[in-house]
Formats: sequence, structure tokens, C-alpha cells
Amino acid sequence: MRFSRSVRLTIGVAAIAIVATACGGGEEKDASKSAESGKLTVGIKYDQPGLGLRNPDGTFSGFDVEVAEYVAGKLGVQPDGITFKEAPSGQRETLIQNGEVDYIVATYSITDARKEKVGFAGPYFIAGQSLLVKADNTDITGPESLNGGKRLCSVSGSTPAQKVKDTYAKDVQLQEFDTYSACVEALRNGAVDAVTTDDIILAGYAAQYPGQLKVVGEPFTTEKYGIGLAKDDKATRDKINAAITEMIADGSWEKALNETVGKSGYPIPAPPKVESY
Amino acid sequence: MDLLSKYDDQLLDAFWATIKLTVLSAVGSLVLGTIIAAMRVSPIPVARWIGAAYVTIFRNTPLTLIIIFCSFGLFQTMGVKLAADNSSTFIVDNNFRLAVLGLSVYTAAFVCESLRSGINTVNVGQAEAGRSLGLTFAQNLRLIVLPQAFRAVIAPLGSVLIALTKNTTVASVIGVAEASLLMKKMIENEAAIFVVGGIFALGFVVLTLPTGLFFGYLSKRFEVAR
Repeated sequence: MRFSRSVRLTIGVAAIAIVATACGGGEEKDASKSAESGKLTVGIKYDQPGLGLRNPDGTFSGFDVEVAEYVAGKLGVQPDGITFKEAPSGQRETLIQNGEVDYIVATYSITDARKEKVGFAGPYFIAGQSLLVKADNTDITGPESLNGGKRLCSVSGSTPAQKVKDTYAKDVQLQEFDTYSACVEALRNGAVDAVTTDDIILAGYAAQYPGQLKVVGEPFTTEKYGIGLAKDDKATRDKINAAITEMIADGSWEKALNETVGKSGYPIPAPPKVESY
Repeated sequence: MDLLSKYDDQLLDAFWATIKLTVLSAVGSLVLGTIIAAMRVSPIPVARWIGAAYVTIFRNTPLTLIIIFCSFGLFQTMGVKLAADNSSTFIVDNNFRLAVLGLSVYTAAFVCESLRSGINTVNVGQAEAGRSLGLTFAQNLRLIVLPQAFRAVIAPLGSVLIALTKNTTVASVIGVAEASLLMKKMIENEAAIFVVGGIFALGFVVLTLPTGLFFGYLSKRFEVAR
């Protein structure tokens, strides 16, 4: 079969258009400018109960969502002017750099490697790595107690499980799944003995299955959750930092935590101090 | 380039795991696929029916679903263990073998269909001649039909093998430490999605391009002259 000239032309134009859309939009957004127009696009997690969760009815709930809305309010944007966008861990820098979101509130730890790509306001929360076990488990009390070939689950692409193996329990066996939900399912099935990641994420799951799961042990690392935005947008960064400071000062911070992850019995830690730079 | 030197050992280990997954699943699916193909052309209606059902089910199920079922269904719910329970590498071995099982079962459906089309290229007269010499169905298939059928489907089987090589990345959903699992880890820690993606794309090209060329050569070499 031969393609007529017009068909070939259409295919060619379509191909170019697809490539252009895929690679396009390369401008970082200026969140302050977006806020002036009354609209903000915010990246959050869609699959973490207690932090960023998309409910079956299409609404969003969780501590990250509360923070995102509070900050938007301080930038002068009403909740109905916010468009939430899913920000999976691996794509967060790209979303900011391509200007697909104004800022990201998605359990985003501030690290030096990431600071080379994006800017961080906050921290708005200090989490620490911890362990989630079945509620009736008594022999796992902390990372050292995982010695003896215990099975530990974490999500692929992250380092927390490897950290436990290297630092605390040499002969622990590691299982990786691509979501925390899969790890929690394996924990409830008894296929693994513990799940590890940041305590606040674990607390979110413990709150989802009340009475079945519990978070044990003192946090053994420090993860500072920041709000990611365009790297050189200092003006917006300062505004968001001010908003976080205010959120902590006026009690909304503690209230938001109590209403979300607090339901698992997770003790609310002391609020962090914002680090401006 | 810094990334390459920083992760060189891990990259080699990860791609080695990918190669092992590919080779073992290729052998598994070739054996299983041949058996299913034989069932599909056999004179026994029940066997034909089972073969057709197998292909319909596994060719039309997403591979991710099959692999996840191997871990959550077979292992966690039904308690099927493919490694010694008290071994210190139980999780690693068990996941690897479950992944090989899932990949073999899935790919066998495609091997079967390729092979069946090869069997259809063999002249009916060949099988009839075999039967008139008193060969049984199994002998006829083994001595007359399959050797000719395999020669006709070398190129399509090469495509199936290349697809399998790339499909092994799905094994990362149950935590098999192959290439794509390391890719996720590097993307998470290095915040350089395009560079990391490029490294792994290149790695797979290095694996699949020679496979394609080799199978192209083989299919020329063993072409049935008619």
C-alpha cells in the first residue's frame, strides 16, 4: 500500500507535534507569578495514606496536602485555585525543571544532590527512618533486632533498607517492591517481618489498618522534608518559608498533623526550624 | 561519566542479573512453548483445547500481573516456595526463581505461536510421508516436522528473545535486583533522570542488538531451501 502525500504529511506533522510536546515546556515556573493569576499547580503523592492520598471520590487528603493548601493560601490562592498533580519520587526534579508544577510537597527530603537541580523551602517536617511491624510482634524493637535473617521490606529505588543492612543488621534479608502498599500487604501476609522507611509514612499506613500494625523503635536517621520549587526563585522561596514559619506558629501545623497521621497514635514530634538560604 | 565510575560494579551486577533472567527464562519458555505447540497440533482434542486455552490466557495477561501473582499469589498466599526457607538468601533466590517462572510462562505463549506458524510452513506431504512409514505422532513431530519448523522460525524467535530481554525489567516489581531496579535507585539518589535513563537504554541496546544480528545470521544460515 502506498501512502498518499497528504497522509504522509499528516503523519510527519503528528510525529513532530508529539516530540515537541514531550520535550517542550522546558521553562521553570515562577510560583509567585502563577499565584498572582490565582492558579497554582502543586505536585503531591497520590498513594501515601496520611500524607498525600487521592481519595476514591477525587478529593485529596493528608498532611502534605494540608501544607500545600496552607502555603497556597499565604501566596493568595484559594483552595479551588489549586490543581494537584501526581509527583512520583523519580520524577520530582523533572516536573519542577519542566515547569509542570509550581511547587512540590511530596515527602521530598532535602539533599545536596537534589539542591543542585531544584530549590527547597522548609523543612516543614523532620522525619526519621523507623520500622513498621505487626501489632502482635514483640521481638522486633529496633534496627538491631532485625539480625538473625529477619525479612525487611522497602520500596525499590530508595536506600533506607540498604542502610539498615549496612549499619545495623548484617544478615537481614531485603525485599523490595515498587510501592509501599505492596510492602504493607506482604507484612500483613507474613511474607516479611518489617517494613522500613520514614516514620511518618509508616504512621500513615498504621492509621489505615488500626490495631493491626504498629511503628516501633526510635527513628534512626533524619530526613528533612522540604517544599521543592524552581532552583533560583528566591523570592517565592522566602514567601514559602515565611508561610511555613507562620503555619507552625499559629497551631495549624500541629492541628493538620493530628488530623492526618496522628490517628495512628504516632507521637507528634517537635516542629522543625525553617532553614532559609 | 562520574555516574558510570561510581556505579560500575553495581551496573555490571545488575546487567548480569538481567542476562541470567533472560537466559534461564528463554530456556524455560522454549521447552514449555514447544510442549504447548505440540499439544496444539496433536490429534487429541483435550490437549489441543488446553494448548489453546493456555495461549489465550497467558498471551493476553499483562506480564506485570503475572509476575505480581507469582509473588503475592503463589508464594505469599498459597505458600509455594522455590528456595529453602531457612536459607540466608531465601528472599533473593525465591524472588529470582519466581520471576523466571513468571517470565517463562508468559513467553512460552509467544514461543508456542511462533513455532506453530513454523509447523504450518512444513508441507503436509512431509507429515503424511512420515505417517505412512509407520511413525507415531510424537516420532513424526520430533524427527520430521519440528526440525524443519524450527529452521523456519529462527527470526521470529529472535524477536521473542529480544522482547523477553526487555521484559525482564518487569521483575523489579517483586524486587529482583536486575537493571531496572538499579535504575530506579540511581534516579532516586542522583536526581539525573535523563543521564541514568540513557545509560540503561544503552545497556539494553548492547544486549539486544547483537541478539538481533546473531538471529538474523542464524536464520539465513539455516534457511530451508525450497
